[in-house]
Amino acid sequence: MHPITTVHYLALSAALLLIGTVGVLTRRNIVIILMSIELILNAVNINLVAFSHAAGQVQGQIFAIFVIVDAVAEAAVGLGILIALFRNKETVLADEIDLLKW
Amino acid sequence: MNFLDQIWLIPLFPLFGAALMLLLGKKLDPQPVSEVAIAPGVEPIYDEHHHHEHHHDHHHDQGHAHDHAQEHGHGGRHAASPLKKLINIICPGMVLLSFIFSAVAVWQLAQQPVRVHQVIKFTWIAGLPFHMANGHLANFTVDWGFLLDPLSSVMILVVTGIGFLIHVYSTGYMAHDNGYYRFFGYLNLFVFFMLMLVLANNYALLFVGWEGVGLCSYLLIGFYFHKKSAGDAGKKAFVVNRVGDAGFVMGMLLMLSVLGTVKFTEVKAALASFTPETTGFGILSIMALLLFFGATGKSAQFPLYVWLPDAMEGPTPVSALIHAATMVTAGVYMVARSAALFQLTPSTSTVVAVVGAFTAILAATIALVQNDIKRVLAYSTVSQLGYMFLALGVGAYWVAIFHLFTHAFFKALLFLDSGSVIHAMSGEQDMRRMGGLKDKIPITYWTMFIGSVAIAGIPGLAGFFSKDEILWQAYSSPQGSQILWFVGLATAGLTAFYMWRLMNLTFYGKSRVAPEVAAHIHESPAAMTVPLILLAAGSVFGGWLGVPKLWTIFGESWRGFESWLAPAFAAAAAEAAKEGEHSASTEWVLMGLSVAVAIIGITVARYFYHHKPEIPDSIEKAVKPLHALLYNKWYVDEIYDFLFVNGLCKGGGLLLGSFDRNVVDGGVNGAGWLTRFAATVSMWWDTWIVDGTVRFTAFFVKMLSYPVCILQSGRVQTYAFFVVVGVLVAFGYYAVR
Repeated sequence: MHPITTVHYLALSAALLLIGTVGVLTRRNIVIILMSIELILNAVNINLVAFSHAAGQVQGQIFAIFVIVDAVAEAAVGLGILIALFRNKETVLADEIDLLKW
Repeated sequence: MNFLDQIWLIPLFPLFGAALMLLLGKKLDPQPVSEVAIAPGVEPIYDEHHHHEHHHDHHHDQGHAHDHAQEHGHGGRHAASPLKKLINIICPGMVLLSFIFSAVAVWQLAQQPVRVHQVIKFTWIAGLPFHMANGHLANFTVDWGFLLDPLSSVMILVVTGIGFLIHVYSTGYMAHDNGYYRFFGYLNLFVFFMLMLVLANNYALLFVGWEGVGLCSYLLIGFYFHKKSAGDAGKKAFVVNRVGDAGFVMGMLLMLSVLGTVKFTEVKAALASFTPETTGFGILSIMALLLFFGATGKSAQFPLYVWLPDAMEGPTPVSALIHAATMVTAGVYMVARSAALFQLTPSTSTVVAVVGAFTAILAATIALVQNDIKRVLAYSTVSQLGYMFLALGVGAYWVAIFHLFTHAFFKALLFLDSGSVIHAMSGEQDMRRMGGLKDKIPITYWTMFIGSVAIAGIPGLAGFFSKDEILWQAYSSPQGSQILWFVGLATAGLTAFYMWRLMNLTFYGKSRVAPEVAAHIHESPAAMTVPLILLAAGSVFGGWLGVPKLWTIFGESWRGFESWLAPAFAAAAAEAAKEGEHSASTEWVLMGLSVAVAIIGITVARYFYHHKPEIPDSIEKAVKPLHALLYNKWYVDEIYDFLFVNGLCKGGGLLLGSFDRNVVDGGVNGAGWLTRFAATVSMWWDTWIVDGTVRFTAFFVKMLSYPVCILQSGRVQTYAFFVVVGVLVAFGYYAVR
């Protein structure tokens, strides 16, 4: 039985980052894009906690809690924008929302 | 209290009344007058605008009201609204105030050693420097200045005194007319302007009054403006007067150019350095001629008299006040005021005398055959004004003013009497449908009798004294001649004849009145008869201020009028002294002749129209063309229509029309074409050069920016992809290195 090392954590984190990035770039539904962003953030969190654990210091975990709070706020704002958008455009698909262009 | 320094207040009383009426009258008079007329017990009174056709033309409230009133009509006192009572107090009251003020001021003037009083209130036009004809620099200054001297004192007393009586008369005569406040407002305004005219101390201010009375005349002639003939008459009076005014203005400008001032006293002083222009027409003669031309317009003399008979379209009190007693004498006043100028210009004076005599006899012949009672009086006025100019022309200025004074009494009286007759006849003015009114309207009859005797020139009444003095001066004065005298004498005979024709047709003989009118004949109310009686008294006694020198039993005090006016016409008085060259017996003969002519005129008229009414008809048939000529007023109106209205105006209009089409329109069209051409060029330049440059710049920038633009898709995920690629490239760079 191998113990779980930092490398495992990092592997999980990298996997989450990859999944999240691909999700953000490929999915059309903004809700899912937001969820993918959460995945990326959580990948970061895992990294922070893993390194904190490995280094025997607590700052990384505190930082992870900040990130969680930040993620919650970001999700709230993001979903709020999303609802306003939906009211106006009646769509939640990112590729149909392309007003910001020349 | 020194009234002399306050003479500027005299015109302001009627101005106050006019302002009150014209500014507030409409607000104060909410109810139409016809409602008052409907009240039971109202006398059915028609004024001249209530002709029979009028009921069809204006079938609304007014005509209806009178029909209604006619059913109820049995001579009760007419109910006046409180507003009317107020107007009845204010408007005549203001004129009465002016009269009292004037009388006191004149009385105080009489106490002065030098009977000239000038009050300058303030400056109107202050010092405009200009070069006179002789090259000297002069200052054109006009003041709001008032001058009271013997001449203007006579005028203000006539204007306010007779004006007051006519105001009182109007309260009765106009009682049933719409626009009561308007009528009295105009009437008061007229009195204001007339007083400005006679009290002004310079020609410019006189001209203000001159134009003002012209305006009021226009407004009052057209008082019944819903009647086309009234409106036309008003316009005619206005336009014809403007023709004369052009002469007046030119005369005034010439005066400025030659004498450098328009102030009466300064003009007189400046003229002292000129010598009389005994032969031909010099600059002063032309100046005098232009002023006289202005007078012919205002005072209805030969070339420009045509407006006065038409002016009878106005209400009768207006005819009496404006077109008989006061305004039309403004020209006489103005010439008399310019006596110093006319004395230096015998040629122009001769023109004045000839025009006066010619007008006198021309108008008298027309008056012989007119059937409208007011038209006879209108032509009579023109004729009498001709007498005044005859007197002015022969240098007898005081006599002209004397005749103006007596004429104001008896002509105002005659007009008001004719108004009273018209009033009694429910608006009928045609003498062929009158007759036998003597006993039905006795006060009107007797006062009119006195007026007719006075104008005919029967000794003892006002007209005799002034007319006989004019005839004597026309004969005896150095500028007079036997022809002028004879024309005047013939006119006197004609005057007596047409006045007695009028009296006979109206008051004597069998009644030719339409039956429906005859039922309503009634004497006028006291408001109308009292002024008549007062004016009749004036017509009897007014002449005794100027008893002929020949009547030696009467002392100098009986010739007060001449000595009162003497200071105003100092030089003329010197001339008059020369008349002693003629023997007293000549004067007696001439006086006898003029009285004889008057009596013959009266007798013939009496015989023609009373005893043998068929004679006038047979004469009329015998000399049909002559009758037509006279009846149609010598066709002067037609000639004027042909020459000026149609000829000059319309012909000139055609000429102007072609000028307009070819030259003016050509210029306009040419300018338009040029503008369009310039606009086309400009548009081409704008489209292709200016816009082209701008568009090319935009296009160029767009071309350059296109590669960058396609990167900005607006899709968030594309941007995110670029970020990721960027991050990967950056990391890759570090990793590979």
